[in-house]
Amino acid sequence: MIKSPDKETDQGIDAFSFLARFAPLIFLLLLMAVFAILEPRFLSSVNLFNVMRQVSITGLLAIGMTFVILTAGIDLSVGSLLAFAGLVAAAVAKGGMQDRFTVGDGAIGYGWPLAALAAIAVGLLGGALQGIAITKLKVPAFVVTLGGMSVFRGAALLFAAGGPISGFQPSFAWWGQGRIGPVPVPVIIFLFAALIAHIVLRYTRYGRRVYAVGGNPEAARLAGVNVTAVIWSVYIIMGFFAGLGAFVLAARLNSAEAVAGTGYELTVIASVVIGGTSLFGGSGSIFGTVIGAVLIGVLLNGLVLMNVSSYVQQIIIGVIIVLAVAFDTFAKSRRRKA
Amino acid sequence: MTTDNQTMPLLRMSGISKSFPGVRALECVNFEVGEAEIHAFLGENGAGKSTLLKILSGAQSQDSGRIFFDGSDTNFASPRAAQMAGIVTIYQEFTLAPDMTIAENVFIGREPGSRLFVSRRALEQQTQALMERIGLDRSPNALVRDLSVAEQQMVEIARAISMKSRLIVMDEPTSALSRTEVQKLFAIIRALKRDGISTIFVTHRLEEVFEICDRYTVLRDGRHVGAGSVSETSIDGIIRMMVGRELGLLVKRQSTYATPDIALAVEELSRRRKNTDASAIELHGVWFNVKKGEILGIAGLVGAGRTETARAIFGADKIDSGRIIVDGTEVQITSPRDAIDYGIGLVPEDRKQQALFLSLAIRTNLSIASHDLISSLGVFINADKEDQLVDEYKSLLNIRMSSPDQIIGNLSGGNQQKVVLARWLALRPKVLIVDEPTRGIDVGAKVEVHNLLFEMAASGIAIIVISSELPEILALSDRIVTMREGRITGEIAGADADQEKLMTLMTLTKDRAA
Repeated sequence: MIKSPDKETDQGIDAFSFLARFAPLIFLLLLMAVFAILEPRFLSSVNLFNVMRQVSITGLLAIGMTFVILTAGIDLSVGSLLAFAGLVAAAVAKGGMQDRFTVGDGAIGYGWPLAALAAIAVGLLGGALQGIAITKLKVPAFVVTLGGMSVFRGAALLFAAGGPISGFQPSFAWWGQGRIGPVPVPVIIFLFAALIAHIVLRYTRYGRRVYAVGGNPEAARLAGVNVTAVIWSVYIIMGFFAGLGAFVLAARLNSAEAVAGTGYELTVIASVVIGGTSLFGGSGSIFGTVIGAVLIGVLLNGLVLMNVSSYVQQIIIGVIIVLAVAFDTFAKSRRRKA
Repeated sequence: MTTDNQTMPLLRMSGISKSFPGVRALECVNFEVGEAEIHAFLGENGAGKSTLLKILSGAQSQDSGRIFFDGSDTNFASPRAAQMAGIVTIYQEFTLAPDMTIAENVFIGREPGSRLFVSRRALEQQTQALMERIGLDRSPNALVRDLSVAEQQMVEIARAISMKSRLIVMDEPTSALSRTEVQKLFAIIRALKRDGISTIFVTHRLEEVFEICDRYTVLRDGRHVGAGSVSETSIDGIIRMMVGRELGLLVKRQSTYATPDIALAVEELSRRRKNTDASAIELHGVWFNVKKGEILGIAGLVGAGRTETARAIFGADKIDSGRIIVDGTEVQITSPRDAIDYGIGLVPEDRKQQALFLSLAIRTNLSIASHDLISSLGVFINADKEDQLVDEYKSLLNIRMSSPDQIIGNLSGGNQQKVVLARWLALRPKVLIVDEPTRGIDVGAKVEVHNLLFEMAASGIAIIVISSELPEILALSDRIVTMREGRITGEIAGADADQEKLMTLMTLTKDRAA
C-alpha cells in the first residue's frame, strides 16, 4: 500500500533531479556553442586557456564559498580579505612597503613560499575571526561578513597607503603567469584544489557533517554533530581560499593593490549558486561550482569578444543569479510536493 | 441548571465533521454554549478539540455541519470574520507584538483616530479603561515585552473585550500561570460572565473545571461523548468519558525482558523558566530509573514536561540541577554528543524537524551518528562498510527503499522512522529514548515499530517511551511513570495500569509520595 506511490514519485523525481543536476552543464555547453557560432575566435585554444586563467581566481574563492553556502551561510568579505592578504604577501615578498617599513634583513624580502604562507595565514585568521563572531556572538553571517567586507578593505587601504606594490621575483610571478605544458599554472591550482575539495565533501566524515549541518542543524546537533565547530570551520576554509587566491592573483598581475578583488563576492556567490548549490544549505557540489565558475567566465569572455559593454555584463550577471535562485526554489518546491 | 435556557443558546455547532488526508478529525460533533456561561471543553490530546476550535474561530472550515451564533446561521470565512461576529480566541502562544505598547497591542488594526492618524490620547484612555476593568495595573504605554506571562494574557483579554466579543475562547489559559495568577484569571472570567460574556475554557487540570465552569463538553477520537452540567458529574466521570475508547489493534504485551540492573537513573532533574522564553516548560525534581531490557513509559498530557525531560537527559536542553546516572556512575551531560558517548540515544518527537535531513540520501541519514564504525583512516567514509550497514538495517528493520542513495524525503513516514531507529541501533546504545514512536505513521508500520521496540528491549537496551496515545503507552510499557506540569505524579506497573488510572495520575495535582 505504501510501495506503489513511492515508486511513482521516485521516477518522477529522478528524471527531474537529473535535469536539475546537469542544468548548469547543459547551459554551459549551449552557451559555448552559441559563442562559437557568433565569434570564431572564441574557440581558439589561446582564448579558452585565457578564460580558464581568469576563472581560476574567482574559482578558488568559489570552492571555499561552496563550503560556506552548503551550511546555509554566506561570506561577503572575500574580495576585501583577498586584497588585504595579497598586500601582506607582496610586502613579505618585497621586503617592506616602499619607504614606510621593512620586512626581513636588509629589506630584500623573502621568497615566494613565505609570501604564500603569509597570504594564507591572513586569510585563515580573517576567516577564523568572522567564524567566531558568527558562532559565538550569534551575529548572522550576512552581517558579520558585510562588516568584514568593510574592515578588510579598510585594512588593505591603510596598509597600502594608496599605492600598489609591484614587481616580484620571477619565481613568485610564475605562480600566476607560468605554464606547465600549455596549461596556465593558476588553472592547475584551481582544478587541483577543486579535486581535493570534492573528495573532502564527498568522501570524508567532515564533508558529511557539512551537508548535515546545512540540511538540518537541529537534527545534526541531536545526532551528536558539533554544529558550532562545523560552521566555524567553513569560514576558516573560506579564509584559506581567499589567501590562496590572493597569492595567485598577485603573482598573475605581478602586483598587489588595495582595490583588488572589488566586486568578487558577487561573481563568487554567483558561481556557487549557478552551479546548483542551494542558498538554503544542504545540497550542492564542487562539480557544480566549477561549472558555475566556468560558465560565468565563458559568459563574460564571450560578451567581451562581442564588444558588449562591461555595464551590460554586470546587468546580465545580476539577472542570471536571480534566475538561478528562482530555479533552485522551484526545484525545492517540486521536491516538497512529491 | 441543564434547562436554564429554553431558547436558542449563544452558540450551537451541530453535526460538524472534518477530515484531513488519512484522518477523520471530527465526526458529526455537536457543541453548545449558552449565554453568560463558562464552558469547559475537554478531551485527550488528539481528541479533536483544536480542530473544532479552529473551525469556530474561522481558521479552518468544516466539511459539513452548521454553526449558529447569536441566533443566526453563520460560517466564518476567516478569523477576522469570527472576531467581527463576537468570537475571539486566545491561543496558548499569544499573538502580541512584544516591542509594541499595551495600548498599541489592544487596538492593533483598529486604532481610534481619523482615517490617517492615530489619536494617542484616545488610544491610551480607552486602553486604561479596559485595563481597570480587568485589574491590570500597568501603564498603557508599557512594552508587552516587559510584562509577565499572566499580564500578557490580560492584554489578550483586554483586546478581546475591546472587540465587543460575546464569546471568548481560551486555549489552556492556566497552563503557564501560578496558583495566585490562576485565581486572578478566574476572577476576570467571572466578571466577564456577569457582563454577559461567555467563555470556552480548555484545560487539562480537571479540578479547575469544578472550580469555575458551569457546563462541560467532552470529545474523544473526534466524537462528542458527553456534555452536561458540571454540578452533576465528578472528576472520575469526566475521566471515564475522556479515555473510554477501546484498545483496538494494540494488545497489551505479555512477556517482559526487564532485568534488575538499572541502566539509567535520573534524580532531582530541574529546569527553571527563563525570562526570555515564557512558554518554556519547567521541570521540578524529576526522578525515575529504567532497567536494562525494560520499557518504561512516560505518560502525560501536552505540556507535562515529558519531551523536556527526554531532551534534558540527552543534553539537548540545559538543566539547572539534577543528577544523571548511567550504569551506576554519575555523568555530566552538556551536549547530545556527551549523551551519545555515554550510550544514550534519542528518537525525537518531530521526525522532520529534529531527526531527518530530508534532502539528503538514506545512507547519510542512517550513518550520521556512527561514522566511527564506517570510516577508513578515521577520516574517510568507507562506502562499502556504509553499504553493509544500510543493508543490515534494511533487512533487520524491513525498511522499504530502493537504494541507499534514495532521498529520504521520498520514503513513507514509517520507513523514515525505521531509518531513525536504525541510526541509533547501529550505535548499540544502552538507553534509547523514543519520543512519540509512531506519530504520523500508518497502522501497519505502527505494529512493526512496536515489535522493533520489543526486540530492542529483548537485546538488553533500556527503552524509555513517550507517547501521547495512552493505548500505545499501555501496550508497550513494563512500567509507567506519569507527569504533570514538570513533575512526576505517579508510577504504576504496566500490568496494573489502565487508561483511567493513568488519566487520574496525569490530571491530578498530588505529587508522588517519595
